[in-house]
Amino acid sequence: MRVNFTVNGVEQTADDVWEGESLLYVLRERVGLPGSKNACEQGECGSCTVYLDGTPVCACLVAAGQAEGREVRTVEGLADGERLDPIQEAFVECGAVQCGFCTPGLLVQAHDLIERVPEPSDPEIREALAGNLCRCTGYEKILDAVRLAAARKAEAGR
Amino acid sequence: MSTMTTRRTARGTAQGVGASAPRPDGRAKVTGRFAYSSDLRRDGMLWGATLRSPHPHALIRRLDVTPALALPGVHAVLTGEDVPGSRTYGMKVSDQPVLATGVVRHHGEPVAVVAADHPETARRALRLIRAEYEPLAPLTDPEAALAAGSLVRHVRIRHGDLAAARERAEVVVAGEYEVGMQDQAFLGPESGLAVPLPDGGVELHVSSQWLHTDRRQVAACLGLPEERVRLVLAGVGGAFGGREDLSVHVHACLLALRTGRPVAMSYGREESFLGHVHRHPARLRIEHGATRDGRIAYVTARLLLDGGAYTSTSPVVIANACYFAAGAYEVPAAAIDGYTVFTNNPPCGAMRGFGAVQSCYGVESNLDRLAAALGADPLDLRIRNAMRPGTILPTGQAVDGPAPVAELLRRLAARPLPPREPYDPRAMPGGVGNATRGESVRRGVGYAVGVKAIGYSGGVDDGSVARVTLAVDAGGPVARVRSAAAECGQGIVTVQAQIARTELGVERVEVLGADTGAGDAGSSSASRQTWMTGGAVRGACAAVRERVLGRAAALLGTPAGALALDGGAIVRADTGEVALELEEALAGGEITAEHEYRHRPTTGIDPETGQGDAHVAFAFAAHRAVVDVDVELGLVRVVEMATAQDVGTAINPLAVEGQIEGGTAQGLGLALMEEMRVEDGRVLNPSFTDYLIPTILDMPPVRMDLLHLPHPDSPYGVNGVGEPPSLSSTPAVANALRNATGLDLPRVPVRPEHIAGRAEEVRPGTT
Ligand code: FES
Ligand code: FES
Repeated sequence: MRVNFTVNGVEQTADDVWEGESLLYVLRERVGLPGSKNACEQGECGSCTVYLDGTPVCACLVAAGQAEGREVRTVEGLADGERLDPIQEAFVECGAVQCGFCTPGLLVQAHDLIERVPEPSDPEIREALAGNLCRCTGYEKILDAVRLAAARKAEAGR
Repeated sequence: MSTMTTRRTARGTAQGVGASAPRPDGRAKVTGRFAYSSDLRRDGMLWGATLRSPHPHALIRRLDVTPALALPGVHAVLTGEDVPGSRTYGMKVSDQPVLATGVVRHHGEPVAVVAADHPETARRALRLIRAEYEPLAPLTDPEAALAAGSLVRHVRIRHGDLAAARERAEVVVAGEYEVGMQDQAFLGPESGLAVPLPDGGVELHVSSQWLHTDRRQVAACLGLPEERVRLVLAGVGGAFGGREDLSVHVHACLLALRTGRPVAMSYGREESFLGHVHRHPARLRIEHGATRDGRIAYVTARLLLDGGAYTSTSPVVIANACYFAAGAYEVPAAAIDGYTVFTNNPPCGAMRGFGAVQSCYGVESNLDRLAAALGADPLDLRIRNAMRPGTILPTGQAVDGPAPVAELLRRLAARPLPPREPYDPRAMPGGVGNATRGESVRRGVGYAVGVKAIGYSGGVDDGSVARVTLAVDAGGPVARVRSAAAECGQGIVTVQAQIARTELGVERVEVLGADTGAGDAGSSSASRQTWMTGGAVRGACAAVRERVLGRAAALLGTPAGALALDGGAIVRADTGEVALELEEALAGGEITAEHEYRHRPTTGIDPETGQGDAHVAFAFAAHRAVVDVDVELGLVRVVEMATAQDVGTAINPLAVEGQIEGGTAQGLGLALMEEMRVEDGRVLNPSFTDYLIPTILDMPPVRMDLLHLPHPDSPYGVNGVGEPPSLSSTPAVANALRNATGLDLPRVPVRPEHIAGRAEEVRPGTT
């Protein structure tokens, strides 16, 4: 089958998509955007989190056909050209990235949180990121990064 | 107490040794551009997939691949008969089949591999392979395996006059403890891309902890000389020991060489759980004898580790478990026997802490029991018996270097306990599940401390090689660092760059990719890489510096000793003013030097007595856990983890903290939730649905107190930091649970059913 959708603002057409291929597979293998990661394919780790029409979803759980006519935004689409989004900057600065395999999904999820809740409390951050596993950091630096990015965004918005 | 020996140059090297310099790969990792081993694609490439045994032990009666080969899109199906070289591999002992022939010895053992033009075609082809097995009775009980003589190694340590110590002991406390099988559960699955080379060789891009030892094994299996096998480190999504053994390596190369096309392989999560070694499950019996005044008189320990079906690193894991089975204490007499056995359970090998995790859990659990028997405070008892410089280990070696065990414990004691928060369901055990209103919630506090050797013990002559080039290009002065050190997330790329900045006084450093074209850097394990490859980079930089200053001295007619490198120039050492631009000094060409770093020699241990100067260095960490337990429901919430650790000189303080927080989380996971459940040799829970690792909701704040005591033997005074936090974290949580509930809780992970419904056994809250 053929799937037409928009990814990071660019219209894309994927051809010869098999029944049962996930949005994650199509992004990684057919659109050439391997930034979204596959660490479980079961909706358990959050490494594949992308925006679908503005809402974070596990791309591994979305059938490719469901993306037809919709808008997808991945980790590759968070930066404004070469200018990193504050959440990306904060992840590097705070040491929230070690191996980085969880990072693309966490960035999308945290980006969404800050959009919805400009200055999230710690329990709000924890709740929002509860579906994103990280094996390296123990999450402490991830919390730091989200706090910092939220503060910077709030500052910039003032 | 705390001293930093950070060298800072006068100008320019703000991101040198001692700074929390950002990761050089950070930008690529936050933009999705960093290429992990599962992201590599080539034109015309095929996908590999692996057929695995559903049985823990069986004869292979028939293996017919013809139906799979007939499927359109399938390019090759290979079995053990197709392995051209050694049919087995192994880091220590070559006993693990590349592809099983005749017999399978564990659930998930690879039996055949397929290459096809789409991953789904490859999976379908696997289902078409006709594999017929005759199941055999699996040997799954490690005690039965020991009784049957299925032994990998027995380590025996005898220390002091045990008989006299027993006489002296007024209080004797023994306990039996168990540790479940933990998994590294790195997020990036095993994966790689093999590319056939025109000369008949192969290039493998892969996740690894040690490229050179991988290459040795891969080349042997392929029947190729090592020069024809090139390994390139692809992006590694975490390791924690789980990438010390081979995974896709030989399979991908075999398929690539057979088909003449690049072949990518990437495990799914279930296959990952089956496709690498785990932390050894352990049964531990620990006995402490002490005098009434709270002095440990002796320790005896019997450790039984289940090695599973193949050797892997079991012989050294059991040694490491035994070395530290008496804990971080002054122990005048000890008898330690450790066994690791072969069974038909999944193979076990390296995981962060490497045997010391299991023995630390046992000894620290029993220490709380000893405290109870003595009527002593568990923290005071630990401080009273704390190991210090000069303490004789059970292996006979005197502890040298910093050993601030008592100080670490005092730091924990000095930290105020977390306050009780006003009622909030999110802060209750069970969290947002709203399981409890808190009536039966008890708070508990637990302590533990651990010691581990840093680097390879037992007479291994370990080294690391690095090469450094100083040049000036269009962007100005630049240092290029090349080593084969495996970056797994821990930050060795950052460390190498920081050292080059400090040593050569240039801001711009490129750390080149790791591959087997560079010298052997040894493994990213044993918390050794910053020390070893850090030492190699520093040595190479020193050689480069000497030569460039020599050239400058000749040009300037000044003694080289009066010059230094700083701010991207040659400066006068006394005033710091620029004497010569680097460009002029390097007019005769860039300068490259290589250095091999070796640590001080160690010896093996005596097979009868376990005596020997086996260790390079020691590292210590301590934890205090505060938990809330709902004794009715068995639900647990860890309120806070406090930790104190001596990290030596921190090359990168932020990265050091990250290691400690991550290690603490993995220890908490082992205490409360992480276990590969194996029944009759079958793995029951190979998914993140059923194998739980801590989420951000499970992790409490980690409060940290770091000592920076420079290690006298290491470059800059560094010490290994990655593993120690994973030792004491688990028993601290377990001791806190015992403190809260009054239950024995001999086994980790502690599950709700170990606590719930045992309320009648529970003594009134200790809070
Ligand atoms: S890969 Fe989608 S949730 Fe894990
Ligand atoms: S940084 Fe490795 S999994 Fe999060």
